[in-house]
Formats: sequence, structure tokens, C-alpha cells
Amino acid sequence: MTIAVSTTPGRPAASDWVRRLPEYLTIWVPLLMSAAHLIAFTLWTIWISFTPSTLVPVSGWVGLRNYSAVAASRNWQIALDNLLLFGSAFVLLSLASGLILAILLDQRIRGENLLRSIFLYPLAVSFVVTGTVWSWLLNPGLGIQKLVRDLGWISFRFDWLIDRDMAIWTIVIAAIWQSSGFAMALFLAGLRSVDADLIKAAQIDGAGPIRMYRRVILPTLWPITITVIVIQLQFAISTFDLVRALTNGGPGIATQLPALVVYDLMFQRSLLGRGAAAAVLMLLILLAVLLPYAAWRYVQRRRAIHA
Amino acid sequence: MRERTFAPGRILIYLVVSLVAAAWLAPLAVVVLNSLRSNEEIAQASMIGWPKQWAWSNYATAWSGFCVAETCAGIRPYMLNSALVTIPATIFSTLLGAVAGYAISLWRFRGDSWIYGIVTLGLFLPQQMRLLPWTIVLRDTGLMNTLTGLVVIHTIQGLSFTVLFCRNYYTAIPPDLIRAARIDGAGFFRIFWRIILPLSPPILVVTVIWQFTHIWNEFLYGVTFTTGQQQPVTAALIALSAAVADIPQHGVQSAAVMIAALPTLLIYLIGGKYFVRGLTAGAVK
Repeated sequence: MTIAVSTTPGRPAASDWVRRLPEYLTIWVPLLMSAAHLIAFTLWTIWISFTPSTLVPVSGWVGLRNYSAVAASRNWQIALDNLLLFGSAFVLLSLASGLILAILLDQRIRGENLLRSIFLYPLAVSFVVTGTVWSWLLNPGLGIQKLVRDLGWISFRFDWLIDRDMAIWTIVIAAIWQSSGFAMALFLAGLRSVDADLIKAAQIDGAGPIRMYRRVILPTLWPITITVIVIQLQFAISTFDLVRALTNGGPGIATQLPALVVYDLMFQRSLLGRGAAAAVLMLLILLAVLLPYAAWRYVQRRRAIHA
Repeated sequence: MRERTFAPGRILIYLVVSLVAAAWLAPLAVVVLNSLRSNEEIAQASMIGWPKQWAWSNYATAWSGFCVAETCAGIRPYMLNSALVTIPATIFSTLLGAVAGYAISLWRFRGDSWIYGIVTLGLFLPQQMRLLPWTIVLRDTGLMNTLTGLVVIHTIQGLSFTVLFCRNYYTAIPPDLIRAARIDGAGFFRIFWRIILPLSPPILVVTVIWQFTHIWNEFLYGVTFTTGQQQPVTAALIALSAAVADIPQHGVQSAAVMIAALPTLLIYLIGGKYFVRGLTAGAVK
């Protein structure tokens, strides 16, 4: 931002300034409110994370004590383990299913529009709805297990929802159902924008369909792949609604995730300082994903300009 | 050209995509069918089954009969709450975003790229970082546990998306058009009304659909900043599941879930193309 020098020729006169006041207000008020709330809220939450606040925000300085308390808590450790497992499984599986679906839809098949709409409709539904519905389907006494047993396979078991070790996978299932259509949509757009000449050249060289995808088409998709990974990771890190509706962190605290820990500390245990510290830790995890991505985007753009 | 090379495998392709499509539709089908089965029928069999008798009354009960906490007014008041939050917040954030996007991309002013950069950071900042500050702001302004409070939150936070969408769209408009209008003496608002707005329907549709879907589906702020009769429908669904945990009423609950999901599903059915455009536009920021 540059500071205006008073002799700038285009500088509006005082009366002009008054006349254009509505214009300035319309431009600046919403933008400043948005920008100011982002900066002030972030700084304020960071500040609270260093104070001994419990029920209400108080000033004071406790250094990193809130952070060490959060990091040492069993809740947070389980949440981090779960995030690692859920994040990687969800991202990998939704990438794979999204890519496969995109390649299949790219074969000029009939009903492509309908199929695409079917794979994408879960994105229009709230995570609360998705979580609730999957909690019914995966409930062993109510859903898929009950159905299969009623059909005659008495020993059939599919009780991940109440199994401490497997419960996190129910979240993976629901999350993939909800959002692998997103990966598909981006990949499909990428496949459609592959240079036709490139494909023609490979065909002239006698490349079969599999070779064509492996050697010619898929390599052009990697920038999209990275974008999809980053967006899906961002979603995984802040997952809250889905877990709240599907398992509510249970059984016990087996499906705890960072966002649930933050909520629990802030609004159920009234430990504002620790809750803020957990929120800041979430932000740091997110930055660990986003900053390399931003750097990569920056380098890409520089290269595109110089090329 | 790729069509013929894959010819032998085409049946396999159709088989796979149909199976996946069926799996994707199955949860919806289960809920629709359950919403038409009686609670007793579901309790005897499983959640997955064809209705023996069509229990249309589930919808009436879900809409205005069942009880959450002490009140027995069904899901209707919560649907109304969601509508009263979503519609104003969508309109405000879209209009403000359109004007701001126009100012940033075409009007240009000192510090425009700075403020744009900061505003779009809002796409990434986790909600958890804003929970406590919003609590304080709402408490101090007396907006805690009000629908107005949620409208304010969603309008301000929605700006990050709406400014991004509109700004990116308006950068494609040739600046000469604006320059010519300015030479003719047209001001900021006149150019917006006469030139920009008529060019805007495509991006406004994308923005409105995006904002509506997101605000309607939002849960965390709804459950944190409102209680009881003030809650939006997503929070009420969770409260309903908790309230009937002892004696589940899956037929009625399914009907409630369908009603709550219907507005965004309908919008997706009508404007799916624009919804997807918003998704991919948000992705390639």
C-alpha cells in the first residue's frame, strides 16, 4: 500500500471527497470488516492461547502452558492420530476413486451428465445429514449388518461403528461418499483440457489406451492432483460436523478429531485458554499444508511468466 | 477418438459406473424409503427395506408434530430459522461481494490488491479460530442467540467467497469499457448499475447458489451461538437424534432429514451446473 503524496495530480479535492463518500463507504466498509475480523480474530485467539483464561477471557501470561496441557492430553493425542489416519486414508481413497471415475466418464459414455450429477449430489447436502444417514446405515443393529443377517447370513459382521479400532473408518467411508465427486469433477475438467494434438501424436505412435493414459494424459494431471490433495486435506483438518453427526467422537473418544477437541475445551469444559491453544495448533497444521502449496503455486506462476 | 480404442471394455465401463452410481444413490434411497415406513416397521426389520404400508404421516409429524427438548412443534420452526438466516445472509454477502469485486477488479483504488489478499485468506482460516471472538462480539452487541447474529456472521465471512468469485469474473471485463464510461461522466454506482450488473447474472447465480448451500448446511456456528428455539435446522437435527435416543423414531427422523436436505437438493437439481462451477472456481483460487 502506498501513502499518497499530497501533490499527486489526480488527488481529489476536499469537496470531491465528500461527494464520493458513499462510494468510499461502499467499497471500504465491507472489505475492511472482512479483513479486520480475519486479522483481529486470529490475533485475539492467539493471544488468548497464552493467557490463563478459563470460563471468561482474562489477561495474564502463562507462556506455552496451555499448549503443553493440550499436547499432553489423551484427547488431543488420539485426535492427532485419527487426523493422520483419516486424513491420509480419505485423501488417497478419494483421489483414487475420483480419478478412476473421471477416466471412466471420459470414455464418451452415454448418460455422462446424469452420472456426474449422481456422483456430485452429496456435496449439496449438509454433513449433518450425511453423518446422520451413515450412522443409520452403519449401525449394526439397524443398517447393513442387520439387513444381511435378516437375509440369512447370520454370522455376518459389519460393526465398525461400535468398534474402537475401526470406528474412524466409518468417517472415512462417509467422507469419501460425500466428496470424492469433487475430485472427480476437477480431474474430469483436467482430462478434458488435455491438448488434443498430444493425444493425436501418441495415437500416431501407436500408443494403446493404457499407455496413452500412463504416459501422456496422467502426467498432465499432476498440478490438479496437488490442488485436490490440498483442498481435501484442508477439509480433513477442519472436519467437525460429519463426526459430530456420525459418531460424536465415539465410541468413547475413539473418533476424536482436533476440531472436536477445540469445541469440547471451549464450550463444554470452559477452558478458553486451552481451547484457543488447540485452535492455534489446528491453524499450524493447516499452515503446514498450505504454505508449501502457496510456495509451489508461486514458483509455478513465476515459471509460467518466464517461459 | 478415445471411444474406439476402449471398445472391448465398454460393457465393463458401464457396469462399473452403474454400480458406483447405485452405491452413491443408495443412502438417499434408504432415507426416502424410511421416511415412508412406520417407526414400528423399521424397528422390527432394518433401516433398509421397502415400505409395507406407505406412512405419509411421518412427514406431517416431522414437519409440525415431534418434540425436541420441551417444544413439540416439529422441524418447522427450525426450517424457518434456517431460511431467515440463509436468505438475508446470501443476498447481503452476494451484493456486497459484487460491489467489492467490481471495485477491486475494475475501479481500482489504493491498497486494492492488499485488501483482496487479506479478504481471501478467509477461505483458509479455520472456523475454530473465530469461535471465541465471535462469541465475544455477539455477547457485547446483544446478538447472542439471535438469528440476526448468524446473519451478520455469515454475511461477513461469506464475503471471502463472494469477493473472490465476483472479482475473478469481473477481471475478464475490458477496462476500456469502464474508462470510456468514466470519460462520459459516469460514476462508481452508475457504472455498476448500468454496465456491470447487466453482465453479472452468470456469476451472481453461481455465488447465490454457493452461499445458499453453504449457509443452509452450516452447523458449527448454529450450534455454538444459538440454543433451543433459535437454532437452525442442522443443529435441530442433531438435537432431535439426541432427544429420541431412548425411543428411536426412525421413520419420522428420516422424514425430518429429507425435509432439512430438500432446499439444497432442489437447488442442486435446478442449478447443478452453477453449483459445480462454484466448486471448481473455489478450488482454483
